[in-house]
Amino acid sequence: MCAKQVKKAEKEVQTTGHSWDGIEEYDNPMPRWWVWVFYACIVWGIGYSIAYPAWPLIHGATQGLLGPTLRTEVVAEIARFDEANAPIKAKLNAADLASIPGNDELKTYAISAGASVFKNNCAQCHGSGAAGVQGKGYPNLLDNDWLWGGDMEAIHTTIAHGIRNTTDGDARYSQMPSFGKDGILEKAQIDDVVEHVLQISGQDHDAAMAEAGATVFAENCAACHGDAGMGNRDFGAPNLTDAIWLYGGDRKTLVQTVTYSRFGVMPAWNVRLSEDEIRSVATYVHSLGGGE
Amino acid sequence: MTIQDPETPVLFAAREPIFPRRVKGTFRNLKWWLLALMLGIYYVTPWIRWDRGPLLPDQAVLIDMSGRRFFFFMIEIWPYEFYFVAGLLIMAGLGLFLFTSAAGRVWCGYACPQTVWTDLFILVERWIEGDRNARIRLHRQKWDAEKIRKNGLKWTAWLLIGLATGGAWVFYFTDAPTLFHDLLHGTAHPAAYITMAILTATTFFFGGFAREQICIYACPWPRIQAAMMDEDTLTIGYRDWRGEPRGKQSVEGHGDCIDCMACVNVCPMGIDIRDGQQMACITCGLCIDACNDTMDKIGKPRDLIGYLALTDETREREGKTPKSVWAHVFRPRTIMYTTLWAGVGVALVVALFMRTDIDVNVTPVRNPQYVTLSDGSIRNTYDLRLRNKHGEDRWFTLSATSDATFVLSMDGDQGLKVLVPANETKTQRLFITAPAHSHGAEEERTALRLWIQDVGTPEFPHTDRVSHDTVFFGKGD
Repeated sequence: MCAKQVKKAEKEVQTTGHSWDGIEEYDNPMPRWWVWVFYACIVWGIGYSIAYPAWPLIHGATQGLLGPTLRTEVVAEIARFDEANAPIKAKLNAADLASIPGNDELKTYAISAGASVFKNNCAQCHGSGAAGVQGKGYPNLLDNDWLWGGDMEAIHTTIAHGIRNTTDGDARYSQMPSFGKDGILEKAQIDDVVEHVLQISGQDHDAAMAEAGATVFAENCAACHGDAGMGNRDFGAPNLTDAIWLYGGDRKTLVQTVTYSRFGVMPAWNVRLSEDEIRSVATYVHSLGGGE
Repeated sequence: MTIQDPETPVLFAAREPIFPRRVKGTFRNLKWWLLALMLGIYYVTPWIRWDRGPLLPDQAVLIDMSGRRFFFFMIEIWPYEFYFVAGLLIMAGLGLFLFTSAAGRVWCGYACPQTVWTDLFILVERWIEGDRNARIRLHRQKWDAEKIRKNGLKWTAWLLIGLATGGAWVFYFTDAPTLFHDLLHGTAHPAAYITMAILTATTFFFGGFAREQICIYACPWPRIQAAMMDEDTLTIGYRDWRGEPRGKQSVEGHGDCIDCMACVNVCPMGIDIRDGQQMACITCGLCIDACNDTMDKIGKPRDLIGYLALTDETREREGKTPKSVWAHVFRPRTIMYTTLWAGVGVALVVALFMRTDIDVNVTPVRNPQYVTLSDGSIRNTYDLRLRNKHGEDRWFTLSATSDATFVLSMDGDQGLKVLVPANETKTQRLFITAPAHSHGAEEERTALRLWIQDVGTPEFPHTDRVSHDTVFFGKGD
């Protein structure tokens, strides 16, 4: 059956003239509709390149008769989202701050909106996972230790006005003295007070020096850090008795901290973020596990 | 095929129109029954109702894209269970291997939508324009009133079939009665109208005009299916040792073929089966019917054209009896395909019955790996995805088992209970804390098993419980 077919085909259809081990390729004509589609594509391509931005020029490209499209589409899309989110943003701004985490609708919106605000604005210092930078003074926002307070109100104030910056009059402000550099304490007194801090935070210490340091602590440090060293959120004074250290809790770092002091700065975000964005990111930070 | 002058090669060729003649017989009847069955299934399925309770749709077969659910009678598939669909596709593939290796391109000839709809379109064409000869005459006729009227009527009928095709398709994706109502009132989603318009146009064009060209130029199956066929595969062939030389029966020495061209005239692909098995042949069997009709008329035995395998051809040429149909169908290759097909099927059914009505995915938050709390305890965070496949809201309780001591906590005031809405997934953040200086806090890794228990409802206190193994990261060395 097959042999006959080939014989018939040879009569009617020419081959490309190539032969590979006796195998030849037919040179059948293409279907007419296929050729039409091919020509139609060429015409379409010419029309498209006139209607839309296409041809590169030395500066830029042809604009296309229909005008640039992707960019205007994006702008329209953003406007559409903004419009769709306007009601819930208004609700978020009107809500009592402390009530947001308990309100499912607001919380769901605020956490997802806040997550993107955080990654765009806060992650540079606090890390994408909000764990801060350990020992470098960028606070971990996941734990349950807060310098200036961890309820919605306190987090919101911190984000809106920042800390120790010179641009916002309402920024949280405090200043630890450079006890060593400014000659307030002798080198030996600093060593003593460091031993005392090691003692109250439950680390290895020299008991005799720590006892001497207790007096130094009461006279110089307790005003801000409290008699027991538990810290004071009014001044952003850290709790010195717990397991969390902003710059490090070892002897060497503590000596450095007492000698030169620390001065962490955070910018005010109310000039860059809208109120709903600040509220969203505050809710997000509050939800990470440390919110009070 | 156009005969070419070698000096002036033709770059492209027009389609040669095909006017299949009406035919009666076994295979034509089989094709009518299959056509009615398959179109029936296609049009009726979306209208079947299936009660799943007040919160779930009552459509028996529903692909709910926006809700990301696939409902099939008592089965509900979630996106993460897509392996069921993959399994069904594998079964469909193996089924195609099986049928093709046993009986050639039966899919092409009897079941392919292109074949079924083309059959339907040719039927409509015949009703309006008449049989082959009338259609050829009309085709050659000038564009007078009769031609315009008949073509207009035909195209209208085709468009209506196309509209019904596209119309039925969209019903699979949303509640059919609601959508039908909305479609009539012009209030349905634009996607429904656009889908219907596209499917109407493609049905109209593929069934009315492209027809055999889809099989020859566009479809990959003919190429793939050839790989599943061997010398034992039953396929349609012409017994040339019986039929040749063809010609008038009155002439001494002629075979059984009287060259009546019935087999060519009925062929929807426009080929001559007497040229041998060829790529354009979809093995629809209509030429068998046509030839048997002729053989009956001239009083010769049937099956000059019939289902036969290459091995039969050799045997019959030598005058031996061909193998039985069963010997062709039951051979190692088809048994292997059947075994594989059934194996996948059994695995899917087992998986279907073993799945639980609740489920959990656990994603440990590893940025950072752990958090040191004020009192020196170490905390890990886990994002849970809790799935409730029940038709009502359910409370889930969380717990953990491990060699080390851990404290579980969650946001909110519900303790370790989560309300998961009916037929939904709820994401829930879980905090696990190892007390300061405990085993979990000091070791780098501690194995941990999370348990999710479905508390059920008062009427149906449920005890479904699923677990997920994960790891707790401590401070390490």
